[in-house]
Amino acid sequence: MTVQDVLTPGAGAPPAPGPAAGARGVWRRLRGRPSAVVSGAVLAVLLLAALAAPLLTALSGQDPYTYHDELVDSASGGAPQGSFGGMSGEHWLGVEPGTGRDLFARLVHGARVSLLVAAGATVLQVAIGVAVGLAAALGSRWADQVLSRVTDVMVALPMLVLAIALTTVVSDDFPRPLLLVLVMGSLNWGGTSRVVRAQALTLRGLDFVAAARLGGSRPVRVVRRELLPSLAAPVITYAAVLLPSNIVLEASLSFLGIGVRPPTPSWGQMLSTATTWFRADPLYVLLPSALLFVTVLAFTVLGDAVRTALDPREAGRLRVGTRKEKTRG
Amino acid sequence: MADRFRGVPFVAKRLLGAALVLLVLATVLYALFYLVPGDPAQLACGERCSPAQVAQVRGQLGLDESAHAQYLHFLQGLFAGRDYSSGTSVQHCAAPCLGLSRQNDQQVTTLILAGLPATASLAFGAMVVWLTLGVGTGLLSALRRGGATERVLTVLTLAGTGTPVFILGLLLMMAVCAYLQWLPFPSYVPLTQDAEQWAWNMLLPWLTLGLFESAKYARLTRSSTLEVLAEDHIRTFRAYGVSERAVVTRHALRGALPPVIALSAIDLGSMMGGAMLTEQLFGIPGLGRLLIDSVRSVDLPVVVGVVLVIGTAVVVANAVADVLYALADRRVVLS
Amino acid sequence: MTPQPNGPTPDSAPVPVADTATGPTGDRAAGALIDVRGLTVDFPAGDESVRAVDGLSFRLSAGQALGIVGESGSGKSTVAAALLGLHHGTGARVSGSVEVDGIDVQAASVRELRRLRGGTAAMVFQDPLSSLDPYMAIGDQIAEVHRTHAPHVSRREARRHAVTVLDRVGIPDAARRSRSRPHEFSGGMRQRALIAMALACEPRVLVADEPTTALDVTVQAQILDLLHELRTETGMGLVLVSHDLGVVAGNVDDMLVMRNGRAVEHGPVGTVLAAPREAYTRELLAAVPRVETPRTPVATAGAVPASAPASGGDLLLEAVGVRREFGRGKNRTVAVDGVSLSVAQGETLGIVGESGSGKTTLGRMLVRLLEPSGGSVRHQGRELTGIRSDLQMVFQDPVSSLNPRRSVGESVADPLRAAGALTDAEITRRVRELLERVGLDPRWYHRYPHEFSGGQRQRVGIARALAPGPRLIVCDEPVSALDVTTRAQVLDLLAQLQRDLGLALVLIAHDLAVVRQASDRVAVMRRGVVVEEGPSDRVYDAPRDPYTKSLLAAVPVLDPVEAAARRAARGSVGALLGTAAG
Repeated sequence: MTVQDVLTPGAGAPPAPGPAAGARGVWRRLRGRPSAVVSGAVLAVLLLAALAAPLLTALSGQDPYTYHDELVDSASGGAPQGSFGGMSGEHWLGVEPGTGRDLFARLVHGARVSLLVAAGATVLQVAIGVAVGLAAALGSRWADQVLSRVTDVMVALPMLVLAIALTTVVSDDFPRPLLLVLVMGSLNWGGTSRVVRAQALTLRGLDFVAAARLGGSRPVRVVRRELLPSLAAPVITYAAVLLPSNIVLEASLSFLGIGVRPPTPSWGQMLSTATTWFRADPLYVLLPSALLFVTVLAFTVLGDAVRTALDPREAGRLRVGTRKEKTRG
Repeated sequence: MADRFRGVPFVAKRLLGAALVLLVLATVLYALFYLVPGDPAQLACGERCSPAQVAQVRGQLGLDESAHAQYLHFLQGLFAGRDYSSGTSVQHCAAPCLGLSRQNDQQVTTLILAGLPATASLAFGAMVVWLTLGVGTGLLSALRRGGATERVLTVLTLAGTGTPVFILGLLLMMAVCAYLQWLPFPSYVPLTQDAEQWAWNMLLPWLTLGLFESAKYARLTRSSTLEVLAEDHIRTFRAYGVSERAVVTRHALRGALPPVIALSAIDLGSMMGGAMLTEQLFGIPGLGRLLIDSVRSVDLPVVVGVVLVIGTAVVVANAVADVLYALADRRVVLS
Repeated sequence: MTPQPNGPTPDSAPVPVADTATGPTGDRAAGALIDVRGLTVDFPAGDESVRAVDGLSFRLSAGQALGIVGESGSGKSTVAAALLGLHHGTGARVSGSVEVDGIDVQAASVRELRRLRGGTAAMVFQDPLSSLDPYMAIGDQIAEVHRTHAPHVSRREARRHAVTVLDRVGIPDAARRSRSRPHEFSGGMRQRALIAMALACEPRVLVADEPTTALDVTVQAQILDLLHELRTETGMGLVLVSHDLGVVAGNVDDMLVMRNGRAVEHGPVGTVLAAPREAYTRELLAAVPRVETPRTPVATAGAVPASAPASGGDLLLEAVGVRREFGRGKNRTVAVDGVSLSVAQGETLGIVGESGSGKTTLGRMLVRLLEPSGGSVRHQGRELTGIRSDLQMVFQDPVSSLNPRRSVGESVADPLRAAGALTDAEITRRVRELLERVGLDPRWYHRYPHEFSGGQRQRVGIARALAPGPRLIVCDEPVSALDVTTRAQVLDLLAQLQRDLGLALVLIAHDLAVVRQASDRVAVMRRGVVVEEGPSDRVYDAPRDPYTKSLLAAVPVLDPVEAAARRAARGSVGALLGTAAG
């Protein structure tokens, strides 16, 4: 056991899985939590807006790439003309300082990039993590040793540094969003792999797995029917933590000017010039900030709620009949 | 007493493992940056270089040697130092030599050493903030469980976890520097030059990074304290009439703090490699800034050097954290 | 509201005076050390609340011992906690009155409570490892508790006192061991240390909540003897809470039987055990397997001549010099070290041993869940090389032995589906038959494990083991997680199945009485080796190996007089085996 085991949620000694939560039970428990409902609703609106970005910009009659030099005041270095960052009937949320591009269009198109990159990276991280974790838990002792050490290093090294470094060696022609997905996905699977390995090791030692083997099930069948269903809950829980952290990571990379390249909008990329503008045009800073903050917060809150809804210990607390009676002192 | 004898090999093994990881890291980085498909000389020289210029750069970088020889030179530089000739003059680069910057032919080691004080100022100051604020908040919310205090603190830490550090910094800067004008816009002043100005200018970066990390520490402290408080041995001491204060300070904290201390060591390590976002935001000339600048200018030796130094800091910090943790919790060594 | 079983008043509203006056200790009422009247405890659970204790009343005079007995969920541990006011601040609602040494626990101030806890009444918990601070030396923990109650005592003096009490509870080399942390102690030593902590403050009464449940039977006897010795020496009272009637029988004066939070029967221990008045007590007593009674013959139905010892002809499974090691290098341990056994068709072989004796490892090798490191297991004369459908297993833990995410019917059907020989309809029909056979409603096919009680889950486990049509089932502690009445039912089911199907059983257990009740032959294991093997009656009535003898001598018996005699006998045996164990 190392410190990282202690610090990775769920990687220590996980409890035996509790009673089947069942998708319906999870849904019911989620619905019963106001925080889950609110954050879910917020995310639904955001996702819809991101999906319907072309439609929305068509509706407002704008696009995220056209410069509107006439809307910025070149004398003051490019601050938008008019109050509130140049808000008007045409430009609902004002325009970008310096270029005069439509802020609303850039925000909703930016949402697409931010969410897509984060979701793609999460899927990749979970896929690699589950594969490595399962291989380590079920493979030979050597495989476990090697894979676990590699995982240790992956968890220990700072993501941002490696991601930044990796982006330098790839040619400029490579599509940036895809590059971000690949870099983030291939670097940040250590946590998932840890959780999966620990869970699989625990499950493997449980009696019902031994019983399945005695019943004549072959290893593949045991993995498919006994292990994977029980792994779903911890993996979903962990993915719910990963997703918001990937949003932040993409924003951070773009903020540093190393992520999505202009003119493609993303929230982090929009903020990268914010330091120069926040006195002249505070709204330009506040809007993407608020959007990023709300998204990450909503994902975090929802993830928390999902974890509680899935937590076998909470679900199983009352109905386990034969546990040794404990002093409830 | 048996513990002590088992502890030494544990520490030795851990440090040996760290050294091995570093060597592997150096090799992988080297392979990645020097042997990637594409021409690093072209990459370093830029798009508009003539073939002759590229060839010259290639010779300078030693890229005309075989991959094998290049790697050996790289390692030699790392452990014994090496000489660089730029046609007319010879520059000696003492071990650990990480090569020369392509921007200005300065030694990478020199550049890194120049960035270290700023990075260290930021990291240690921030640690003070998160250790007091984060751990304090976490403890408070664990001990005031179920009350309004806990709910308020939970919401605050949740919001903190959801805020990217650069947004937090931006907002703080807008509020404190632009509107309230309590603090000047931070511009880094070295400690050796003017201690007062140094502290004054670092205050906002410390707060930003410290507050950001505090959310994580509050969560960790809270959950780890609650975990220990739910353990049976706490019940024992309560059942023997030991006062609640003694139970918390003598027994609960003893079990709750090791993970916090360990995480602090790890975080401090990765911050020695530069809290990039914070440094970028406040223009602090630390290692993080150095990395970003060198990435933008595709200055590969500097990138490799900085990443290697950061890697070292992180791996060493992890090893230290493991050892600290094992010392604090003897059961780890034994299991 | 139901009438209290032993009270003359038909009304259970707390009229405790009447209750205790007729109680066995009524004549000593004046000087009661503990006086509990109409104690009721409710725990909030979601929107409702669960009543753990319901209108309980009892008294304990100074120097007396009271045993509280009940199955899981009877509320006995809640009572123990209530005596020290441990429910304060937990959300539990406590009504009625609890007085300990004149202090009203409900109304007591924090300061009074703290003086009471440890100073007047000290608690000994079930799991000694988790009950001690893992980061602190044992001596320091005891000194801390001592100084809490005697603030004028210096640190050094408290430390010296800690060594004294550790020495008193029989920890060898107490001065040195007092500097060790709990994980460096064995289970028995830890429990001794916990008792030493209780002794440190010289309390007037000791509340022991399942103090020996986590311990092996020989260690259990030592701890119980220690408690008895301390009691006669210091004159402190004892409240002994246990699920095990045998543990209580030899160690208390009065006995209180609890069920669903209520007192069922209360009286002098001899009377309650010899002539129980209540049906529940009788049922409980009848369900307790007794180590001294021979097995009732199984083969009455006459299907299979079962109880004959293994003869060459119908030999089913045979282990020859089986060995198993775990770990490598310095960490290598030998779990099973050259065991030879045989099981004949239709017979039951019992394997008993304490924790760490290697019995579970052996059982898993018999069905090939584990591969032996040496020796061989033969099935009908042929070497066993892999899992076989006619060798099955029933597991100990009813929680982890069923996949929580699959319905019980699907769990039972799994071996049939894996075999792939039957159609879906046939499988469903067969599973329903099997569920019925083990005494479950076949309509429960689609229910999930968490909807079942421990005993029912164990029945599902048996049905699953039966599904492939085995000829031998290895039962690894099949009843140790169950309450005594459920335990008897599951053992009956196994015996009946054996009779009907001609199954051979290997019954692995730590409980000597359980094994005697169900086995034709017995093998006694210690440290990976079989020390004695033979027909059950011979092994139990005339043990040859000294270890078997000490095991049998340590088994708690239900007769208080016999228990006292055995304790005296153990005194001399203890000197022999003594300090090595524990």
